[in-house]
Amino acid sequence: MSILQVRDLTVTFPGDIQAVRGVSYEVSRGEVLGIVGESGSGKSVTSLAIMGLLPRDAVVSGSVKLHDRELIGVDEDELVKVRGKSISMIFQDPLSAFTPVYTIGDQIAEAVRIHQKMAKDKAAKRAVELLDLVGIPHPDVRAKSFPHEFSGGMRQRAMIAMAIANDPDLLICDEPTTALDVTIQAQVLEVLKTAQRETGAGIVMITHDLGVIAGMADRVLVMYAGRPVEQGPVDELYYRPRMPYTMGLLASIPRIDGEEGPLVPIEGNPPSPAALPPGCPFAPRCPMRIDSCDEEEPPLTPIGGGRHVACIRSREIEHKGLTGADVFPVPVIPPSDVVRVPREQRPTVLELDGLVRHYPLMKGAVFKRRVGTVHAVDGISFDIAEGETLALVGESGCGKTTTLQQIMRLEPPQGGRVVVLGKDSAHLDRAARKSLRGDLQIVFQDPMAALDPRMPVGDIIAEPLRAHGHKDVAARVAELLSLVGLAPEHAERYPQRFSGGQRQRIGIARALALDPKLLVLDEPVSALDVSIQAGVINLLEKLKNTLGLSYLFVAHDLAVVRHLADRVAVMYLGKIAEIGAVANVYDRPAHPYTQALLSAIPLPDPEMERTRKRILLEGDLPSPADPPSGCRFRTRCPKFARLSEAERRRCVDEEPSVVRLASAADHGAACHYAEEIEVITASGDQEEK
Amino acid sequence: MGKYLLRRLAINVVLVAIAASLAYLLAATTMNPRAAYEGRQPPVAEHVIDATLDAYNLNDKTPVLERYATWVSGVVTGDFGKTWNGGSVNDEMGRRIWVSLRLLLIGTVLGFVIGVALGALSAIRQYRFTDRFVGVSSFAIMAIPVFLMATLLAIATYNVNRGLGFTLIEYTGEYNPRLSGWDQLLNRVNHLILPTISLTLGSVAFYSRIQRNMMLDVLGQDFVRTAMAKGLRRRTALTKHALRTALIPSATYFAFAFGTMFTGAIFTEKIFAWHGMGAWLVDSIHQNDVNSVAAVTFFTAICVLTAAFLSDVLVAALDPRVRVS
Amino acid sequence: MRSKVVIGRLFRNRQARYGSIALILLVALAYIGPFLGSYDWTDKDFLAFLSPPSADHWWGTTTIGQDMYAVTLRGMQKSIIIGLLVALISTGLAAVVGAFAGYFGGWVDKFLMWGVDLLLVLPSFLIIAIISPRLRGATWLWFVVLLAAFAWMITSRVVRSMTLSLREREYVLAAVYMGIPRWKIIFRHIVPNLSSLLIIDATLNVSAAVIGEAALSFFGFGIQPPDVSLGTLIAEGSRNATGYPWLFAFPAGLLVLLVLSINLIGDGLRDALDPGSNS
Repeated sequence: MSILQVRDLTVTFPGDIQAVRGVSYEVSRGEVLGIVGESGSGKSVTSLAIMGLLPRDAVVSGSVKLHDRELIGVDEDELVKVRGKSISMIFQDPLSAFTPVYTIGDQIAEAVRIHQKMAKDKAAKRAVELLDLVGIPHPDVRAKSFPHEFSGGMRQRAMIAMAIANDPDLLICDEPTTALDVTIQAQVLEVLKTAQRETGAGIVMITHDLGVIAGMADRVLVMYAGRPVEQGPVDELYYRPRMPYTMGLLASIPRIDGEEGPLVPIEGNPPSPAALPPGCPFAPRCPMRIDSCDEEEPPLTPIGGGRHVACIRSREIEHKGLTGADVFPVPVIPPSDVVRVPREQRPTVLELDGLVRHYPLMKGAVFKRRVGTVHAVDGISFDIAEGETLALVGESGCGKTTTLQQIMRLEPPQGGRVVVLGKDSAHLDRAARKSLRGDLQIVFQDPMAALDPRMPVGDIIAEPLRAHGHKDVAARVAELLSLVGLAPEHAERYPQRFSGGQRQRIGIARALALDPKLLVLDEPVSALDVSIQAGVINLLEKLKNTLGLSYLFVAHDLAVVRHLADRVAVMYLGKIAEIGAVANVYDRPAHPYTQALLSAIPLPDPEMERTRKRILLEGDLPSPADPPSGCRFRTRCPKFARLSEAERRRCVDEEPSVVRLASAADHGAACHYAEEIEVITASGDQEEK
Repeated sequence: MGKYLLRRLAINVVLVAIAASLAYLLAATTMNPRAAYEGRQPPVAEHVIDATLDAYNLNDKTPVLERYATWVSGVVTGDFGKTWNGGSVNDEMGRRIWVSLRLLLIGTVLGFVIGVALGALSAIRQYRFTDRFVGVSSFAIMAIPVFLMATLLAIATYNVNRGLGFTLIEYTGEYNPRLSGWDQLLNRVNHLILPTISLTLGSVAFYSRIQRNMMLDVLGQDFVRTAMAKGLRRRTALTKHALRTALIPSATYFAFAFGTMFTGAIFTEKIFAWHGMGAWLVDSIHQNDVNSVAAVTFFTAICVLTAAFLSDVLVAALDPRVRVS
Repeated sequence: MRSKVVIGRLFRNRQARYGSIALILLVALAYIGPFLGSYDWTDKDFLAFLSPPSADHWWGTTTIGQDMYAVTLRGMQKSIIIGLLVALISTGLAAVVGAFAGYFGGWVDKFLMWGVDLLLVLPSFLIIAIISPRLRGATWLWFVVLLAAFAWMITSRVVRSMTLSLREREYVLAAVYMGIPRWKIIFRHIVPNLSSLLIIDATLNVSAAVIGEAALSFFGFGIQPPDVSLGTLIAEGSRNATGYPWLFAFPAGLLVLLVLSINLIGDGLRDALDPGSNS
């Protein structure tokens, strides 16, 4: 029996912005419905409309029935009985979703007391029970903490605890793990599964991450430009997509078990909800577009087996058994010349030797004082050969961004050495430093923040050229713009006029302006939607091969890394845990942290996700101000837990250093008990804790 | 914590010392206390003037640094010297602080409470009549400088009283010393009405603008949505979650205003003829009263720094995000 | 392109529109008005002392027979000029001090912020009140400098804290990694990105300076006779406001209108320049 029935839901914002244009779906008890879509597809607005939480100037029409009771148009007295009781919601960013001035425990107790007649002390006790249920250690103490004192993962757990406080029938999760690191994401998803078991609730899971959906959902709804374009059981949809958009999405994501070869990008950008094209909104980006696509918007029609598709060519796709790679043009990326020379014979462009960066830990905004030292980077070493991409991966707080800043500053480090193109940063004078900057450039994560909003694009790209006294700047700017796939006339526009993907291309053009040898890429695609991401990744790959660049690539997305990098270094708490050629590290990880990291990444493959063996880590990253003695990972290490008392002593007393593994030429791990195992495709019935 | 407070105290002591010294030196070099004695009828002999000024440490024939040294040696023992006509600056200040406090306390508190309430209401009713009315009124009030507002109120009251033929509302002075007991208390309250209105109106306008902005910032935030998603009514979510969070900035302004209250209100005091600290500042300049000017500066500096500290403490108390532990 | 958008938004904002129209009319009155009246502000009509508004003296005359219309407009000119200059100087100073303190940090920051604290602690009214009467005879521009010297500290603190966050922006880091000198980064990337704040602040500083001048002049600490400003006129007029209301009403009314129109524009600018904020 279905709990929730949504029929023809539309949401219009002032200015005739049609954010949601006719969404219909049902959710049954215990079922998980995944809603996938890129930013601006209307997926979050839909769920807020169901809860009646949209701003007052939004016009909502259609029908939302909870247990056959209509929710659209009823007054607040009715709605407050449903909200938090029958339907609960889990928001994306749990820091801003909690009121900063009340304790977590108070806020959960408040949720309990709204719907249940209960004394204050009993509600507080219930809050502690709920926190215990979602796996918060020492729940009685932590209940008295304020939201900012919780880590991201703990906040999301607390959010789940608050959502299930009144045993709801339906949980709406809006990007619940987007802001979290992968190992924490794996924990939170596990908690969500527990919560569902406890309450038997139906779940609406909204996300852009096809991997998360593959592991969680029973059915999937794909949204594009405010409408569902495809809907069906998860396996059918993933293995046999019938709508070109879905096909493109699935083909554009890099996978950690992925084969080599370029990704398939979807060209263009989603339409603005204020200016929709006539006919199918995906038609302008669709490689299968025919003239009749522009005539009218295809309705979502059932094609049997519980599937619905909004595409006039879906029959044809089914007949021919087409996939994304068949339909979308696969870009051709020229091979690199440099890599024909063996790595040992190529010059080294960057060498780090025992780099150290500590900084004081200050506390309190008003009563500021130093309370300790953050060991952000604590002695790391690696090198990059010409024409090579080294990826530095790790979760937030592991020190990868600090490492990168230390390299970019070109100043004497606190400890260790940074050698760029054979020049030690400790022995640079002003002029040498400036000229070296021309060879070392950076591309930032957030394409919005990386470009000065007050400068036209031409000036932004020209800035490094002018700073280094180049002549004929205008011609070079035009050349750079076309190099990254933009038009030279774009130079006069301001960054605000460009989409995220285009802005990132501008950032790349600026970095290339001085013909650098080494490019530092700081999470260059993590702020982009998947369909846009693929295009930028391909561009980076092409530029590297044609211009003979070397990349230092900092990322948390291991799938992108697998696709782009030659070598990978995994960081944990300011140290390198494992380093080596991508194939070695991914297929035979030897450090328990790498193993956990790889196994935590969801694959966009429902069958594999169902049977995969997952290594779950306990707890959060320890504070870099107070790292554990010996091996820094031991407090969360699943292997440490299995060791004997005598074996453990070594982990506690002796800090492991990176040791080359016997089996491969380019593979090392910093673990006393390193052991290569296969984790990505490993399946197993029992979970390893 | 202790170390932090000590350092802050030390910095503040230096700031106060510099501020007061600057004011003393500026006043001592530019002001002419002799003028008050020179123009007298019958004329006072010069050696008598010198003797008097020497006794008050105001003689411009003494080198300024020497006078400064005398002044400093007095200040460190807690003696701020003599006024231009020989009174004790300490006594004068002790009296005037309480006059200012009696004048300002009610207005300061009322202005904050009403202003915050109106500002929050405006934000919740954004773009509706209440919001527009409060907005337009506070704009109009903020465009009227306080000396104009006070003058207007005084003129209006004068006309009302004249029309009625008796004094309904007092508009000058603090109280009538001839009354006693309850009558005097009522008389004091009557004297407070006008200055309090003139003070309150301005701060209501000020706080309502701040509170409205803060509240609008908070209203768009996720935690208000979460509160409603839990099943709270909009009104409850707004007061319990939004207002409580949005109160922090206004409260810090209030703490600051409360701390600087002791320095008086220059215009209100002068126009309504209250002899508080604010009026003293103007009078001491007119009277070439060097020691009083320095004392006012000294006291104001202490008040400003204490008020700044007070508002920091209040932020820490209200906002767990900036608390020490 | 952006300025066009901003101006468009500004004129769609009703209060800013009314404010601009009022301000234009007031400025026109102050600078063109004197040519329409038949008296100069220095003229004294010995046949009309304290006469009420009439066809001859539109806004009446003063105790010494000056034409109120001419005198008031002269006073308004002075008030407007003082307001503009003070706002310009103080906002510029605030921007430079705040941006340098915030960007360089360390000792520069400590030193500059300590200066800010000291100026905040000094009672500005008192200092200006002591100094300005001694400037009698000197140019009134000294008075502008004095007013500006005590008007920039709060803004410079705001600028400093915004610079602290701008300093970590990626486009600023990008400029650093290009090898662009720090002072150039401040003027190229930091200050322009504070322009919304600075424009709004400068506008509101105009009205604050107009009020500040009037307040000081009210006690005789500001503009010194024989020169006049709205403040000196109001001070003069308020003594006899009941008997001779025209001496008080015209300068007071113009002062309120002037401040109100500038505040309306300032608030409208905030909406237009900073669509994210609701103020």
